[in-house]
Amino acid sequence: MRILIIEDDKEAASYLVKAFREAGHVADHAADGLDGYALAEEGDYDVLVVDRMLPKLDGLSLIRSLREQRVETPVLILSALGQVDDRVKGLRAGGDDYLPKPYAFSELLARVEVLSRRRASTPTTEPTVYRIADLELDRLSHRVTRSGQEIVLQPREFRLLEYLMKNANQVVTRTMLLEHVWDYHFDPQTNVIDVHVSRLRAKIDKGFDKPLIHTIRGAGYMVRVGQEGDEE
Amino acid sequence: MNASMSALGKLVRTTAFKLSLAYLLIFTIFAFVGLGYVAWNAQRLLTNQFVSTIESEINSLSDQYRFGGLRRLVNIVERRSRAPGAMLYLVTTEAGERVAGNVGALPPGVIGRTGQFETLYNRTDETEARPDMAIVRVYLLPGGFRLLVGRDIEESRRLQEVIYRAFGYSLLFIVVLGCVGGWFITRRVLKRVDDMTEITRHIMAGDLGGRLTIAGTGDELDRLAQNLNDMLDRMGELMRGMQEVSDNIAHDLKTPLTRLRNKADEALRTASTPDELKSALEATIEESDNLIRIFNALLMIARLEAGNARDALADFDAAEAVRDVAELYDALAEEAGVSLDVSVEDDLPIHGSRELLGQAMANLLDNALKYGASTGAPQAISVSAQRNGGEVRIVVADRGPGIPEAERGRVLERFVRLETARSRPGFGLGLSLAAAVARLHGGSLLLEDNEPGLRVVLALPLKAIELPQAPLQSAA
Repeated sequence: MRILIIEDDKEAASYLVKAFREAGHVADHAADGLDGYALAEEGDYDVLVVDRMLPKLDGLSLIRSLREQRVETPVLILSALGQVDDRVKGLRAGGDDYLPKPYAFSELLARVEVLSRRRASTPTTEPTVYRIADLELDRLSHRVTRSGQEIVLQPREFRLLEYLMKNANQVVTRTMLLEHVWDYHFDPQTNVIDVHVSRLRAKIDKGFDKPLIHTIRGAGYMVRVGQEGDEE
Repeated sequence: MNASMSALGKLVRTTAFKLSLAYLLIFTIFAFVGLGYVAWNAQRLLTNQFVSTIESEINSLSDQYRFGGLRRLVNIVERRSRAPGAMLYLVTTEAGERVAGNVGALPPGVIGRTGQFETLYNRTDETEARPDMAIVRVYLLPGGFRLLVGRDIEESRRLQEVIYRAFGYSLLFIVVLGCVGGWFITRRVLKRVDDMTEITRHIMAGDLGGRLTIAGTGDELDRLAQNLNDMLDRMGELMRGMQEVSDNIAHDLKTPLTRLRNKADEALRTASTPDELKSALEATIEESDNLIRIFNALLMIARLEAGNARDALADFDAAEAVRDVAELYDALAEEAGVSLDVSVEDDLPIHGSRELLGQAMANLLDNALKYGASTGAPQAISVSAQRNGGEVRIVVADRGPGIPEAERGRVLERFVRLETARSRPGFGLGLSLAAAVARLHGGSLLLEDNEPGLRVVLALPLKAIELPQAPLQSAA
C-alpha cells in the first residue's frame, strides 16, 4: 500500500514514515500543503494522511482542491484541534476519516488500512453476503449462519459483526467500532466495546474449533481464519 | 509652575469644564438679550410720553396765543413756569431775546432751530453752571415769536444709567458665579475621576484586591464605579478559577508524568532481558495514553465552557440518544452483575449535540458502575428520561454510597475526587464534563440523594415549539 504523509512537523513525519514502512507499506512525505498537493495529484497513492494545519496551503483547502480535481484518494485528517465541530468540518471538506492528535499509531494504522481497502470496493461492488470460512452474513435478509446453522443476533450485534466482516483480515480498533456501530466518536474509556465483542464471540465462536473473532493486543479486533493471538 | 499649568490644562480639557463654559455662554446671551430689551423698551416708552406731553403743551399754548395774544401767552407761561415740577418753557422774540419762561442759558443757535431735538440748558432759578439735558420742541408762533417747550430728561437718563449698571453687574455676577460653580463642579468630578484612575492604576499594577470607592450619591459616576467593581470581582473570580485549574492540572499531570519518568528510568537501570524492557515500555505507553486522555478531557471541557461547540449543535431525539448509550453500557453492566433498568419516554426533541450528550451519559454510567456498588445489596442502576414541563430530565441513579450533600458542589469541579474514590482509576473529570455539556445545552446538572445512592439529573431544555417570529420588545 502506498501512503502519502503530508505533515509539517519533521519529527512526527519521520516517525510515521518509519512506522508505516515497518508495517510493510510504502510511505512518502511532503512537508507543506503545496508539495503535498502536487504529489497527491500525480502519485498513485492508496491513502493520504493530511495534517490539518500546514504551511502554504492548509489541510482542508488541500483536500477541497483535490476533490475538485476529481482526485478521489481516501484522506485521513490528523488534527491537533479538539473535537465536536472540527470533525464535521473535516469530513465536509472531503476527508474520509478524522483522527485527533495525539493518537496511537496502531489506531492510525488500522484506520489507514481500512481506508485503502474502501478504495477498492465502492458501494455497488460491495457484496451482499460476507463469507469468512464457514461463517456467512447476509446483509439483505439480516441472517447469519455458521456451518449452515442459523445464529440469532440482536440488531446491534448484527451491525458489529457486519462491520468486522466487511473489514475482515484487517485490524478494527475499539473507537472504530464505537464510531461505525454506535455512531459515537468519543474515547470509550472503559471496556464497553470489549464486552459487546465478547458477547458476539460467544454466539459466533462457541462450539466451533476455529475461532474467527480475534483480539489483537494493543490494537483491537480482527475477523479472520487463523490462530488466536498469533499476531500482536 | 509647570505642574499648575498642566493641572489647568487638564481642567480645561474636562467635559465638566466645557459644559460649564457652554452654559455660561448661553446664560450670558439670555441675560444680555433680556435686560437689553427691557432697557430699550423703558427708554422708548419714556421718550414717547415726553414727546406727546410736549406736543399737547405746545398745542394748548399756541391756542392761547391765537386767542389771547402775546400777553396772555406770557402770563400763562410765567404761571406754569413757577409751578412745582414744571416743564421747560421759553418765549423769545424772532431775534432770540427772552420774553418769558424758566429756561435761562441755551447753547447758541438752539432757539433758531425748529422741530424736536435734545439740548443742554440751564434754568433761570439755578445758580450753578452745570447744564442739564432736555428734550425740547421749538414752535414758530405767528408774528415772529418763538415758543420752546421742553422736558428735563436728566432723570430718565439716570434711570437708563441705573438699568445699564444693573445690566453690567448682573452680567458680571453670572460670569463669576458660572465660573466659580463650574470650577467647583469640574474639580469635584475631576477629583473623583482622578481617584478612580489612581485606583485602577494600582489594580493594574497588581493590587487585585483594590476596589473603587462608591460616593453613595447614586449618580452616573457611582454607577460606573459599581460596574467597574463588579467587573473586577468577576475577573478576580475567573482568575482564581484559572489559578485553581492550573494548580490542579500541574498537580494531576505531575503525578502521572513522574510515574512515567520513574518507570522509564527504572527500566533503563534494572531491566536486563528484552522481555523486561518490552513490558516496561508498554507500561510507559499506557501511562502516556492516560495523560493524553486527561488532556483531551480538559481541552474538551475548556472548549465547551468557551462555547466553541455552539456551531456544531443540531436537533436530535434525546430519547434515542439515551437509549443508545444505555444499550452500549447494558452489556458491561450485565457482565458486572448489575441490573440496568431503562425507562425512556418517546420523542424528546432537543437542540444540541448527540455526540456530547452521549459522552456525558457515558461518563455518568461509567461512574454509576464504578462507584455505585454497595456491600450487601445487589447493585442496580436506573436510567430514565422524562418530559418535565419545558425540559427533559435524564436521570442516572445508583444504589451505592452516594455523595454527601456537602461535597456535591465540589465534585463537579475539575479533578475533584472523593477520598473514597481515590483507590479506583479515574481522573475526576467525568462529572465536570457532564456539567459542562449540560451548560452548553442551556441546562444544568444536579446531584441528588437516591436514598440510598446517587441520582444525577441532567436537565436539558426541550426544543422550543416553532412560534411565528415576534419582536422581542413587543411587550413594551
